[in-house]
Amino acid sequence: MSESSGFVELYKMRMREFLREPAVLFWVFGFPILLAVGLGAAFREKPVESTAVAILDVAGSDELAAELSAAEGFRVQELAEDDAARALRMGRVALVVRPGAELEYRFDATNPEGVLARARVDDALQRAAGRADPRAHRETLVTEPGSRYVDFLIPGLLGMNILSGAMYGVGFALVEMRSRRLLKRLAATPMKRSHFLGATIAARMSVVFVEVGLMLGFGWLAFGMVFHGSVLTALLLCLLGAASFSGLGLLVATRTKKVEVVSGLINLVSLPMFVVSGVFFSSERFPEVIQPLVGALPLTALIDALRAVLLEGADLASQLPRVLILLAWGGISFVLALRLFRWS
Amino acid sequence: MASAIRVRELRMTYPGRPPVEAVRGLDLDVAAGSCFGLLGPNGAGKTTTIEILEGLLEPTAGDVEVLGMRWDRDARRLRERIGVTLQETKFTDKLSVRETLELFRSFFAQGVSAQDAIGLVGLGEKSASHVVTLSGGQRQRLAVACALVGGPELLFLDEPTTGLDPQSRRQLWDVVRSLRERGKTILLTTHYMDEAEKLCDAIAIVDHGRVIAQGTPTELIRSLGGDHVVEFAFGDGAASEESLATLRALPAVRSARADGDGYQLTVAEPHVALPAVLELAKARGATLSRLSTRHASLEDVFVALTGRHLRDE
Repeated sequence: MSESSGFVELYKMRMREFLREPAVLFWVFGFPILLAVGLGAAFREKPVESTAVAILDVAGSDELAAELSAAEGFRVQELAEDDAARALRMGRVALVVRPGAELEYRFDATNPEGVLARARVDDALQRAAGRADPRAHRETLVTEPGSRYVDFLIPGLLGMNILSGAMYGVGFALVEMRSRRLLKRLAATPMKRSHFLGATIAARMSVVFVEVGLMLGFGWLAFGMVFHGSVLTALLLCLLGAASFSGLGLLVATRTKKVEVVSGLINLVSLPMFVVSGVFFSSERFPEVIQPLVGALPLTALIDALRAVLLEGADLASQLPRVLILLAWGGISFVLALRLFRWS
Repeated sequence: MASAIRVRELRMTYPGRPPVEAVRGLDLDVAAGSCFGLLGPNGAGKTTTIEILEGLLEPTAGDVEVLGMRWDRDARRLRERIGVTLQETKFTDKLSVRETLELFRSFFAQGVSAQDAIGLVGLGEKSASHVVTLSGGQRQRLAVACALVGGPELLFLDEPTTGLDPQSRRQLWDVVRSLRERGKTILLTTHYMDEAEKLCDAIAIVDHGRVIAQGTPTELIRSLGGDHVVEFAFGDGAASEESLATLRALPAVRSARADGDGYQLTVAEPHVALPAVLELAKARGATLSRLSTRHASLEDVFVALTGRHLRDE
């Protein structure tokens, strides 16, 4: 008698279910890549932006326009009084200059673009008029891989993907099986409960290998990301994250019978973390008082650890506090979930 | 004969406001090797009872013995030896019939192969098809195959044909009959009296959480006092105020009740009772708008016991 064990068959069931559902494949693998492409394109390194300036069409305007056009980074147009006022109001130009013995700058001081335009235009015109800078300086533009937005974004998206993958792959999947009464049917067999939960989580972890490979591979190939630390360590962190989040997924699935309800619970758990845990922008932007709270969230711990490893070359040992946070969340939610879990 | 299931004073109360007493003191004895039917209307407590017997629910009170074992002591061993179909289990759409059965087979220490189970329920042609492509009847047969794959001695089938078309029902009946011939004990619930009559060696009629009658289909029908039912109505309203007492006094009539616009009589000998009914109509100067006679069914037993039809909701 060499029938395969319950664990193996349950694992095969979960993987088949996953691999045979094109929509699921898209959301797990395709969507994060699209997001990275979209955001990467929107925030790609651009040449220093040119500033749109209007010069009032009065005596001396041609001369000023020529001087500004000679300097780099300005788009200059000569406009009549009314047109210039309208262009400024609509944001088509950031600054209006009135030529004369005394130059007049019109701009909105609450608009950073206006303030910047005023400074740059004044700078260019004063130099054209012969001002010499007493201090020498040079400029270094920071565009090297590792410090661009996309480098920051990829570990964030990876963390987000692992969280939502675990919430759906474990939490949603279990409730869906309960709503089909399949859980109850399984409970009526001699199936080992530990095999069932273990196989569900093992299937999720298997997908994480692909997710990590795909995300980092894509960052490397499409954006020329340079990994300063060990990719293996990053993978290990992702697996730990997936295990920890599976605990949360299990917890939201303990009693719920309806998939609509569990969808809401999943959003309740994940959305706040997507916002505060630093997926798209640094979590340090939130007020000082909530920082300890933000830092204790499992997604923050995972994403910060991933960034430390991938962008700064940190090793696993230095990330111990974050590893412990992930272990604690996973451990506590598993214990709670196993106590509360209902098969029917 | 050895008893496969023995239930005494079973009670199940679901907490709530007000609490729902689904089962109120139910006794049951199912002989090994028999096909036993729990027959009753929706909400009678059939599913609650069967799920307690399957070890899925814990009863509020009462004594339950399955295959000589008890759920609180022998749960794991019991699960190895029973097979279960629940009402409306949906198996995973994107798994094939064979894969689904291999999954269920893997949970049991012993049993038949997936392929054999497929053969037992006649799904051979669908072996490689995904569950999503199966008809309702095929899905139900897959459910039965999943119950068979562990080689159980005792099978629980909860409403196995509810919602199926007539042809699928007959196919499933054939499957159940062949299982009984193989010596399996089967406990099934149904609210179809024809199903209970055709499949079951013994039947317990359940209503409001109690067994109100128990026996073989023939015994239960005999208990009416007559094997036949005569149904008729007078054509004109004038003579339709016939008293039930008059009807009961007719020869060979065992019982009489008003039924819609007419009457229903349980009779021992139709050839004696029918002329008497015709005589009565003649004497009253009334015409008969309908007259029919048929064999009594379990439905009539249920009606006689409760005054309601099985499928009154």
